Amino acid sequence: MIINHPLLGPRDAQEFTYFGDASLINRPDWQAEDAAELFYEYLHVRDNPAGEHRELWYHEHGDRSWLVVTRNTLTHEISKVEIARDVALTRRHGQ
Amino acid sequence: MHYSAWSLFWQGLKGNTDWKPAWREPQPKGRYDVIIVGGGGHGLAAAYYLSSVYGITNVAVIEKGWIGSGNAGRNTTIIRSNYLLPGNEPFYELSMKLWEGLEQDFNFNAMVSQRGVLNLCHTDGQRDAYARRGNAMLMAGADAVLLDPVGVRRMCPFLDFDNARFPIKGGLWQKRGGTARHDAVVWGYARGADSRGVDIIQNCEVTGFVMENGVCKGVETSRGTIMAGKVGVSVAGSSGRVMAGAGMRLPIESHVLQAFVSEGLKPIIPGVVTYGAGHFYISQSDKGGLVFGGDIDGYNSYAQRGNLPVVEDVCESGMALVPMIGRARLLRMWGGVMDMSMDGSPIIDKTPVDGLYFNGGWCYGGFKATPASGYCFAHLLATDVPHPTATAYRLDRFRTGAVIDEKGAGAQPNLH
Ligand SMILES: Cc1cc2nc3c(=O)[nH]c(=O)nc-3n(C[C@H](O)[C@H](O)[C@H](O)COP(=O)(O)OP(=O)(O)OC[C@H]3O[C@@H](n4cnc5c(N)ncnc54)[C@H](O)[C@@H]3O)c2cc1C
Repeated sequence: MIINHPLLGPRDAQEFTYFGDASLINRPDWQAEDAAELFYEYLHVRDNPAGEHRELWYHEHGDRSWLVVTRNTLTHEISKVEIARDVALTRRHGQ
Repeated sequence: MHYSAWSLFWQGLKGNTDWKPAWREPQPKGRYDVIIVGGGGHGLAAAYYLSSVYGITNVAVIEKGWIGSGNAGRNTTIIRSNYLLPGNEPFYELSMKLWEGLEQDFNFNAMVSQRGVLNLCHTDGQRDAYARRGNAMLMAGADAVLLDPVGVRRMCPFLDFDNARFPIKGGLWQKRGGTARHDAVVWGYARGADSRGVDIIQNCEVTGFVMENGVCKGVETSRGTIMAGKVGVSVAGSSGRVMAGAGMRLPIESHVLQAFVSEGLKPIIPGVVTYGAGHFYISQSDKGGLVFGGDIDGYNSYAQRGNLPVVEDVCESGMALVPMIGRARLLRMWGGVMDMSMDGSPIIDKTPVDGLYFNGGWCYGGFKATPASGYCFAHLLATDVPHPTATAYRLDRFRTGAVIDEKGAGAQPNLH
């Protein structure tokens, strides 16, 4: 697979390590009333879709950035690559 | 028809004209006592033990393709019971004992071959860990022998013992481990279940569940609605997709695992050998092909094919351990979709939905579990109580913290 890095251009997926579902960016509030339940869901439960999946990849053998890659789990086709930091900031400001 | 040396001989005399199909192709009935979704090894084994041990015969196994078209027909066929944790080892040892009596039990040649499984170690620390694991195995009634380098050399003289980076320091040997013929396991359970009245319905995809007041009363399929007293889902890599139909999210990710077979060679590999310094394992099939594999590709996937980096990685590990395989040519490679759980261990449990039961999270080690998984799932479906060897395989263990993490890798499926 080739991941089209927003800053570095097309890179071999071998340069990256895979972390998992991009929902892992949304760490729950540890002081919330239901924190135990929120962290159980955050850590252990997944949508695991067959089809489009937003997921975190880390450019370990490159610029060490975290990316949010939108990839089809049925075909491995990658349709979108974003810098994870931008995604997180946009979400925070959107709130 | 009972298979025996005599039936073979008699059919030979009659020019093999009288063999009957090993199972029927029935039309689905309107209702069953139990429906099992998924005609892989586990689903068929559950139906077999439901009908043969628990006396429940009004059962259907519903399979979207043909039976054994999933991981049951794609795996590298290693059977073993060399686990460490108390939640796992008694279960896998039950499976080993069932393998040992399986062919007599279901009257089918599953080619169970106890040619031994050898896990190599390359550091002193790893040897200590294997000694501990071996003791845990002995305590659960399994067999284990800790070999020194001389013992390993006697068994496998072809390994790269004095590798500068990863010298071989010994190994943990389970003599009763080995391989079985994956297709024959599927066919044997299918034939055994069918002959006791179980309907095996192929080319019938389950698309949803019939829910009434929060209770599961049956399944929607591509061939219509079928009602049931209880529904057991046993669909391995498709667990997430199928259970989403009941509104459930699981502690599971689907990942692709590849396997490889070389051209046929004379017998050279005595049993199953696993590398302790990288992820690589190898055995030799009865046809002579070297059967080997390694890591999962490492990202969510429902495509039954992998990518080249893992091919390279597996072949490199193979060359580091068994340099002679560099001379063999690769014949075939393929992939299967694994139900990787968050702690690397399986789930056999009721679900929050009454009438709906779940069996999954087998990761890349579920073939060896086929007999015990079927047995314990049948026990649960028949009695509503977990089998004594499967009490740790709860669905809610991730909420309660009672996870069964053999590797201690945490909630990261691609590291298990
Ligand atoms: C390459 C590879 C190597 C492996 N090596 C080993 C090994 O050496 N040792 C070991 O112990 N394990 C190994 N495994 C793991 C093992 O194969 C699996 O854990 C095990 O087969 C899973 O159980 P099963 O046989 O029931 O799964 P499957 O055979 O996958 O059965 C699930 C069935 O459900 C069906 N299904 C899915 N969705 C639906 C639906 N909606 N409706 C109806 N039916 C549906 C599928 O078509 C499939 O037939 C390996 C796996 C792979 C892919």
